Amino acid sequence: MHDKTLAQLSAGLAAGEFSSVELTRHFLDRIASLDGKLNSFITVTEAQALAQAEAADARIAAGEAGPLTGIPLAHKDIFCTRDVRTSCGSFMLDNFVSPYDATVVSRLAQAGMVMLGKTNMDEFAMGSSNETSYYGPVRNPWDTERVPGGSSGGSATAVAARLVPAATGTDTGGSIRQPAALSGITGLKPTYGRCSRWGMIAFASSLDQAGPMTRTAEDAALLLAGMAGFDERDSTSAERPVDDYRAGLDRPIDGLKVGLVREFMQQEGLDAGVAKATEAVLEELKRQGAEVVEISLPNAHLSVPAYYVVAPAECSSNLSRFDGVRFGHRCEDPKDLQDLYERSRSEGFGAEVKRRILIGTYALSAGYYDAYYLKAQQVRQLIAEDFRRAFEQVDLVVSPTAPDVAFPLGAKADDPVAMYLQDIYTIAVNLAGLPAISIPAPLADGLPTGFQMIGNHFEEARLLNVAHRIQRETDWHQQAPEGF
Amino acid sequence: MSLNADDIQKIAHLARLAVDEDEITSLQRDLSNILDLVEQMQAVDTSQVRPMAHPLDMPQRLRPDEVTETNQRERYLRNAPAAENGLFLVPKVIE
Repeated sequence: MHDKTLAQLSAGLAAGEFSSVELTRHFLDRIASLDGKLNSFITVTEAQALAQAEAADARIAAGEAGPLTGIPLAHKDIFCTRDVRTSCGSFMLDNFVSPYDATVVSRLAQAGMVMLGKTNMDEFAMGSSNETSYYGPVRNPWDTERVPGGSSGGSATAVAARLVPAATGTDTGGSIRQPAALSGITGLKPTYGRCSRWGMIAFASSLDQAGPMTRTAEDAALLLAGMAGFDERDSTSAERPVDDYRAGLDRPIDGLKVGLVREFMQQEGLDAGVAKATEAVLEELKRQGAEVVEISLPNAHLSVPAYYVVAPAECSSNLSRFDGVRFGHRCEDPKDLQDLYERSRSEGFGAEVKRRILIGTYALSAGYYDAYYLKAQQVRQLIAEDFRRAFEQVDLVVSPTAPDVAFPLGAKADDPVAMYLQDIYTIAVNLAGLPAISIPAPLADGLPTGFQMIGNHFEEARLLNVAHRIQRETDWHQQAPEGF
Repeated sequence: MSLNADDIQKIAHLARLAVDEDEITSLQRDLSNILDLVEQMQAVDTSQVRPMAHPLDMPQRLRPDEVTETNQRERYLRNAPAAENGLFLVPKVIE
């Protein structure tokens, strides 16, 4: 059962081949027997899952099921889930039981999906290896001595190891796409504003976006349909109808114009195996009649520098809410209010979160605002302008998702800047607010690689269409790690 | 760009983070390296560029000023480290 896609599970449930309770038990058993090696879950919600599955079976029997009814999934532990611990991978929130559901969570629950639990992640989504989690690193099922990528590393690993058929993730600078690439799955970051941010613990509010992490593009289309849509509780939610992502999946792609980013292919540090895998996907696009041209994003090399002002600045502001007063960790015996704030925060946050809060505080402090924050916002405009020009020439912009395959645990843990460069191909997309998908490309040295496709604003349907056309004709997305 | 120990203490205070003496050296190194990375932005002339605060060109949406949430005080207070009589407790602020 665990090798089936969402589409196949949906058909199987409708045909009565298995019940949602059977499906749910099957995946819960897999988590119990296999996750000890991977650490992809922070919390497993067995009792709630079985109750949701029973309700789903009743809905199916009554003929009131939708395409997602009865299918298990896991949520990244950044999404608030009512009456379930929502830790965000941090000691700060180790004791936090959310009083409400995030919009994405309640929408998928209303669609009848069954939540199996909450997945591990880099602390407050700050990291690219899932090593900053208070709950310990997640391991890559392709090689358990390697990282799965991050920050949605638990979701990526759980889907790759078939512990769950689909999971949610969030992407502020690459946190859906880079782990999808390193773990060999499909991950989509929608256009900024497409999925509600309400109840999704904020990291950098002008960049954060939720998206689906699945094995296939068709599954991503199904899950995104359940997640996306206007939400009046999110002031930056896009007020526009949601496309029918599944309807256009099979549309032929001949005549599609695809722009390969020249600067990304010439980037120092791009692994030869990853470059070769990218070429293989381009060949498949050409075989199906797409035209591949080179394009230039002349300011893209400034995206990591601009991001490491914008994201920390927004994070330092967002994380000021963790004050040890209303929720979250409080230190023992504070001698006064100042001591309570400082010690609660210092004990509650890990090293990477503190670094980013400090950088952001510095960038926003008196006398430095223009040189850092304003400058970064101007550079952000230049990067967005590069994409606007590119989309006058091509339909899609493509590149590798990450410069290398999954690296060994600990390899970059002591060098923040080396870790930041993991997101060199993904960060520009968040700054511009564009949608982008990572799909599995051929393995390099036995490890997964990812191919990134970037669309213009709100063109998720086209990304999913092209991704599905590639997956219809190739088996890269069917490669699975041994032993899981 | 390099930060000295006093800079680190000043920023940490602004951020309400307590920094131990033995953390200062590594923070100086890491934050200075990050600022060096960020410094690359200074090479490009942006004097004529409009700052981009938000990825989509959208106006702030307004809504009628009406009460839409219900009172869930007890529920929300359950996550408080210390609460009494419907209030959050903190150390004494005024003597």
